Amino acid sequence: MSSATPPPPGAWERLRKNPVAVGAMVVLGLIILAAIFGPALYRVDPHATSHAQYQPPSGDHFFGTDNNGRDSLARILEGARISLLVGFCGAIVSLFVGTSYGLVSGYLGGRVDNVMMRIVEILYALPRLLLIIIFTFVFDKQMKDWLTTWKLAIGKTVLINGPDLVGYSKIIILIFALGLIEWLTMARIVRGQVLSLKNLQFVTAARALGQSHTRIIIRHLLPNIIGIIIVYLTLTIPAVILDESFLSFLGLGVQAPQASWGSLLSDGAQVINPVKSYWWLLVYPAMVMSVTLLALNFLGDALRDALDPRARG
Amino acid sequence: MLVVLLCVITFTFVLVQLAPGGPFTRERSIPPTIKKELEARYNLDGPIWQQFTTYLGVRKNSRGEYSGILQGDFQPSLKYRDRSVRELLAQSLPISATLGFAAFLLATTGGVWLGSLAAVRHRSPTDLCAMLAALFFISIPNFVVGPVLIMLFAIKIQALPVGGWTSWTSLVLPAITLAGPYVAYIARLMRTSMLEVLHQDFVRTARAKGLSEGRVVYQHALKVGILPVVSYLGPLAAGLVTGSIVVETIFNIPGSGPFFIGAIQNNDVFLLEGVVIVDCLLIVLFNFGVDIAYTWLDRRIRLE
Repeated sequence: MSSATPPPPGAWERLRKNPVAVGAMVVLGLIILAAIFGPALYRVDPHATSHAQYQPPSGDHFFGTDNNGRDSLARILEGARISLLVGFCGAIVSLFVGTSYGLVSGYLGGRVDNVMMRIVEILYALPRLLLIIIFTFVFDKQMKDWLTTWKLAIGKTVLINGPDLVGYSKIIILIFALGLIEWLTMARIVRGQVLSLKNLQFVTAARALGQSHTRIIIRHLLPNIIGIIIVYLTLTIPAVILDESFLSFLGLGVQAPQASWGSLLSDGAQVINPVKSYWWLLVYPAMVMSVTLLALNFLGDALRDALDPRARG
Repeated sequence: MLVVLLCVITFTFVLVQLAPGGPFTRERSIPPTIKKELEARYNLDGPIWQQFTTYLGVRKNSRGEYSGILQGDFQPSLKYRDRSVRELLAQSLPISATLGFAAFLLATTGGVWLGSLAAVRHRSPTDLCAMLAALFFISIPNFVVGPVLIMLFAIKIQALPVGGWTSWTSLVLPAITLAGPYVAYIARLMRTSMLEVLHQDFVRTARAKGLSEGRVVYQHALKVGILPVVSYLGPLAAGLVTGSIVVETIFNIPGSGPFFIGAIQNNDVFLLEGVVIVDCLLIVLFNFGVDIAYTWLDRRIRLE
């Protein structure tokens, strides 16, 4: 474990000079813009079926149509929204879990740290996704029941109305479930950083001034590891997207007619056969998804290089 | 180790019991009395702790015997009524295990080899290409690689079977698909660790002794450089088990993956439990082996 490094000055300049990072950021920006504004600009209903089944890409349907005559481009744009949403939100859930776990483990140290890290090791070596599949399956109905009666309101203004979200219950569960399995790396990294930071003099000084543990953790330790947290947040997003599409591919994630990249790929994979090839149903979602994941991973690596030059291999 | 296993068993059992509906809801409109009979027959009545202890085999079941996990009885499958979970597993596990083992070999040997190659030729085109390829394969999910491989090798040039489980040729594409991301990951691990090791004193000594570069790298440096890979073997096994579900689905392989998915969709409590327990048991045992191997390797290094 490398010793803790506060983000060196000029990290942003170094990142900007890295052509790979800039390329990745541009690509990601485009994909995110497409996910946000695409459905508004490309006014085709992703759920509208038609008789034009299995149309190859043409001027009418840029990416062709699927077995129900739905427009593939519209479906991919919808899938982008869901996949990216799950990816970002899941990564944020994992950020909270992993950071607090790592902070506590590293800060307390000693036996508590030993036990907590042992648990992380065990979890690493378990097929967590199998367990999480059961979890999502079991809690889907509970979540639906709960959402129909729940709402978040301040005074009279309803902020979030539960029943409106029933259609998205599976997605909400996925966000939490996947966030809950992808926090391990984050916890490990944060713990390592805290271990080396907590013996530095500024922490001792803070303690001598009589500051509480919570305050030391939040005001002194957390700001110093924010850089490394951002790096691993960037690297967690593709992991969560990958997990989500894994589940959707198996038909256990996002439910039809909603689409995510995983479920689109699964539709595409089902129709490849020697007789007639509907390649566009597989190739386009695969390309969009791969490019996104590649860009995220490239950006994460570049960020790591920029923030922590010593970790460069 | 046993504690971990017990936790996993409890976790899955409780979760599955919490599932809405229960295993007998699928058959529409069965009279309540019959449902009760069925539940009693499979020991799925009574409070959850009773069901659980019966399932474990520490409490007498409805036939007045102890028959559960501890006795090696995984109960009958609730979907395929005439077959026991043990039969289903005995039939499907060897297939999954073969696939997993092939992918495991491919991932470790391929990854170690590529990683050390990249480290030895640090900052050369080989290094750059290998690492770009590695990042590429980490980013691309295996359910993209699988269908693309099928399209190329099974449909376009028809060199290998599309799927199924007939001869050793049907192992090639699935194993590559399954191992792909892990080859890449191990190659990256290996490269980083080798780069560090190659600058250490004992390597310089070996070079100074006039050993050939090949012996320096593959006999001296590799022994130390491989340690991070050894500690990654546990997570690798877990990843392969999860990954094999999707690969078996893509290639239509009759392993335990399709049973797992079927069991979830059919609320087949015992089959689901069986798959998870056996998978976790194998992984826990494997990790135990890895731990032993690691201490052994580590000690040898310290002795040297």
